[in-house]
Amino acid sequence: MPTFIDILIMAPEFYLVAAACLLLLLDAFMKPEQRPMLHWISIVVLLVAVYMLIAGQQEPAVTAFGDMFVRDRVADILKIFALLTTVLVMVYARPYLIDRKLLIGEFYTLMIFAVIGIMLLVSAGNLVTVYLGLELLSLSSYALVALNRDARLPSEAAIKYFVLGALASGMLLYGMSMVYGASGMGGTPSLDLAQLHNVMAYTTAPKLLLFGLIFMIVGIGFKLGAAPFHMWIPDVYQGAPTPVTTFIASGSKLAAFGMAYRLLSSGMGDLSQHWQLMLAVLAVVSLAIGNLVAIVQTNLKRMLAYSTISHMGYLLLGLAAAGPEGYAAAMFYAICYALMGVAAFGVMLALTRAGFECEEIADLKGLNQKSPWMAFLMLLAMFSLAGVPPLFGFWAKVLVLEAAIHANMLWLAIVGIVFAIIGLYYYLHVIKVMYFDKPAEGSELKAKPDASLRVVLSLNALSLLVLGLYWGPLLGWCRSAFGL
Amino acid sequence: MFNHLLSLLIWLPVAGAIPVLLAGSTRPNLARWLSLLVAVLTFAVSLFLLVQYNPDTGGMQLTESYLWIASWGVHYGLAVDGISVALILMTTFVGILVIAGAWEVIQDKPHQYMAAMLILEGLLIGVFCATDALLFYALFEAILIPMFILIGIWGGPRRVYATLKFFIYTFFGSVFMLIALLYLYEKAHTFDLATLAALPLTMKEQSWIFFAFLIAFAIKVPMVPVHTWLPDAHVEAPTGGSVVLAAVMLKIGGYGFLRFSLPIVPDASEHFAWVVIALSLIAVVYIGYVALVQEDMKKLVAYSSVAHMGFVTLGIFIAFMLVRESGNIDMAQLGMQGAMVQMISHGFVSGAMFTCIGVLYDRMHTRSIKDYGGVINVMPWFGFFYVLFAMANCGLPGTSGFVGEFMVILASFAANPWIALFAAFTLIIGAAYTLWLVKRVLWGDITNSHVAEMKEINGRETFVLVAFAAAVLALGIWPQPLVHLMDSSVSQLVHQIAIHKI
Repeated sequence: MPTFIDILIMAPEFYLVAAACLLLLLDAFMKPEQRPMLHWISIVVLLVAVYMLIAGQQEPAVTAFGDMFVRDRVADILKIFALLTTVLVMVYARPYLIDRKLLIGEFYTLMIFAVIGIMLLVSAGNLVTVYLGLELLSLSSYALVALNRDARLPSEAAIKYFVLGALASGMLLYGMSMVYGASGMGGTPSLDLAQLHNVMAYTTAPKLLLFGLIFMIVGIGFKLGAAPFHMWIPDVYQGAPTPVTTFIASGSKLAAFGMAYRLLSSGMGDLSQHWQLMLAVLAVVSLAIGNLVAIVQTNLKRMLAYSTISHMGYLLLGLAAAGPEGYAAAMFYAICYALMGVAAFGVMLALTRAGFECEEIADLKGLNQKSPWMAFLMLLAMFSLAGVPPLFGFWAKVLVLEAAIHANMLWLAIVGIVFAIIGLYYYLHVIKVMYFDKPAEGSELKAKPDASLRVVLSLNALSLLVLGLYWGPLLGWCRSAFGL
Repeated sequence: MFNHLLSLLIWLPVAGAIPVLLAGSTRPNLARWLSLLVAVLTFAVSLFLLVQYNPDTGGMQLTESYLWIASWGVHYGLAVDGISVALILMTTFVGILVIAGAWEVIQDKPHQYMAAMLILEGLLIGVFCATDALLFYALFEAILIPMFILIGIWGGPRRVYATLKFFIYTFFGSVFMLIALLYLYEKAHTFDLATLAALPLTMKEQSWIFFAFLIAFAIKVPMVPVHTWLPDAHVEAPTGGSVVLAAVMLKIGGYGFLRFSLPIVPDASEHFAWVVIALSLIAVVYIGYVALVQEDMKKLVAYSSVAHMGFVTLGIFIAFMLVRESGNIDMAQLGMQGAMVQMISHGFVSGAMFTCIGVLYDRMHTRSIKDYGGVINVMPWFGFFYVLFAMANCGLPGTSGFVGEFMVILASFAANPWIALFAAFTLIIGAAYTLWLVKRVLWGDITNSHVAEMKEINGRETFVLVAFAAAVLALGIWPQPLVHLMDSSVSQLVHQIAIHKI
């Protein structure tokens, strides 16, 4: 029986479920002209959840509902940043949605449900919770991609996302069933991640376990968007409405890290010698494909999609290190990537208007002359993504590289840094287009006058600089989550 | 203020860039005056270094150290020795001149130009006083950002190619250094340079780390064969960009050898000193010949920079041969001292040469030598300065160019007369390409009507050139204060490289 304590531990999740349901009702009974209010209500809802998480931080870790749900600092940090980036997405999305008459209740409810999925996923203490959270996140995301249901490209992207996502979920589930089976070969079968932890000790079927592990890694690879499971990323990024792309590029990645950490470290930690190399291979392939293919992209969203793939390669460097340092570095990287990705897409969102998506890199021509401030914010985001000091992205890269060296994988660190040089080119290309090119004839690039967007976007991009100059506390926080 | 003198020096120009940017495109003159004010203030503050730094005791002084990243034990650590002080003073001095030099030349978004310059200046000062390897690296790389913008927006026709090449080339070099630093961190659990210098390392480790450092600094210096970004970057950069690039940025390479390669991996440095010495001699002789055939003035000076920087690396690594093979500490010190003087002198001379070319370019909008001829007839004062700097460039006694080269050649002679022979070639080749340049541009009859219409240098240009000339002559005639400033630091360095780590 769930106790009151269980419910208290899961209070933020319960609160968000209730709030999402209320929002749905509110949307149904609201007058159409009052709909824009939903925007502010949703933001407040999410910020209250952030407050609840911060105020109710649990130390040491606690579990609820019979170890189904774990609340530790890792989960809290990931949730806080997932919520915050979702707030950013909502702020940046508003003018876009208004312009395209998409400011409807579904967007906000689906976003909140997706966030609840993230929160479950990163707090999972059981294979079932992992799957539950993953599906809640994924299903909401599929629907969000198809938000503009009458347009061709988003519908195509949503179908593609759904089909491939379902396949990956199937793989994951299959792997889980293998692991479950293996765990029963000599003891009581268990779905509990904490129990799986010492499964090596008593299982008589290590091959079956490894077999299951491989399928689970496929599922993780898909969710992260690591090559060779990256096929969906470019099409979905390009096809989805830009705010949804922004969400997939930020909050989703935090969730993917959380999922990988729960499954691999909490669950299969003893098999680390096996999955380390698998992750290292995924990392190298992601770095290569992401960085090389991004060079030839002309569509900004597609380029950022390939850049995501490469960034997941870096995140995997940290995970592959398979130690507290590595996990802390990978989590730092996920947070950093979420902030950078949101900022880069945020500038795009600030420049779009009805009939002009600002999707092509060439659309940014001469931005520095038209809107120097937006160009500067984009410059910060690009240099940060490229990993040039003193911006935030550089330090995240340093941390994962150090983690790889720490784990005696110097070769992996060298591969990582070599691809950073290759990756540099396409980020610099965006800056070149903004700063060195003249604006196209009749170009009407200008930032939206929306005050909340401008202020929040500025803070977001400047945070890349500020955190780049002083990232110690954040790193300390991330490390403390892993007992360092 | 004196407790945080170095922080002030770094952050004053960086923070000063913000009001300059805010002054905006609507009030370009305000932006210009503000940036000049910031640059002058920075120079004034840097003069306090001379008061505060005690050259007799040597060692790292004016130390500032704050815990920056607690969980990694990274410090925001700053300190200077005599070498750093000299380089910082040169940076702040050149900082004023590039801002004054760009005054009405830069008409397109002058506030952004000036702000980028100021940020660049602050970061450069930071590089010269960082005592924490990670801080050094961050600043070392951060410099690329303003320079990238400077060349890309205000550069010549092929600016985009040049600036991308510059950025990616330099970035390529430095990332391996980052891996080496992280490897060292794994062993020492600190990025503190003094601790890293005392860290025992096997020869194999030292060799790998040595080459990682070598790639980074060789590209910055630049040494043959990784110098190819420099002519492009120099030719396409705006005048101010070229001046900072030649005068200050190249010095980071030489400075890096002193702070990283020599103390951290002394045995590998000794073992591979011949590589660096050979490359330096190739730079001095071969690049000298390359400079001879250039048809573009900026390219010519760019190649001459490569040749002159060859002296710097030569001087630094000759010291190894002297210390380790013959135990000749005095001569080693002379070589090292010569390399340092050459760095400072080249800063002024190349800066001045690029300024002169900038003056010509502003009038004619061409850098091609054949478009000029007989300039002396219409611009006699300009001609006076141009000849003076040309003489300094070929190392005429009495100018700063002579002092460093002479010291390095003297030290090389003690190490190996053959090396000295090749090094001394520079005096001939240098004179050849520089004087031939002067002959074709200045002397003779006026060759075309455009030259005839050229106007004599104005007050602002005269001020910049006089300042450079004063520095060049002062160092040439009386180098003693500079030598004294760096003496104890150089001697410490030479004693440090005498210690074996294995």
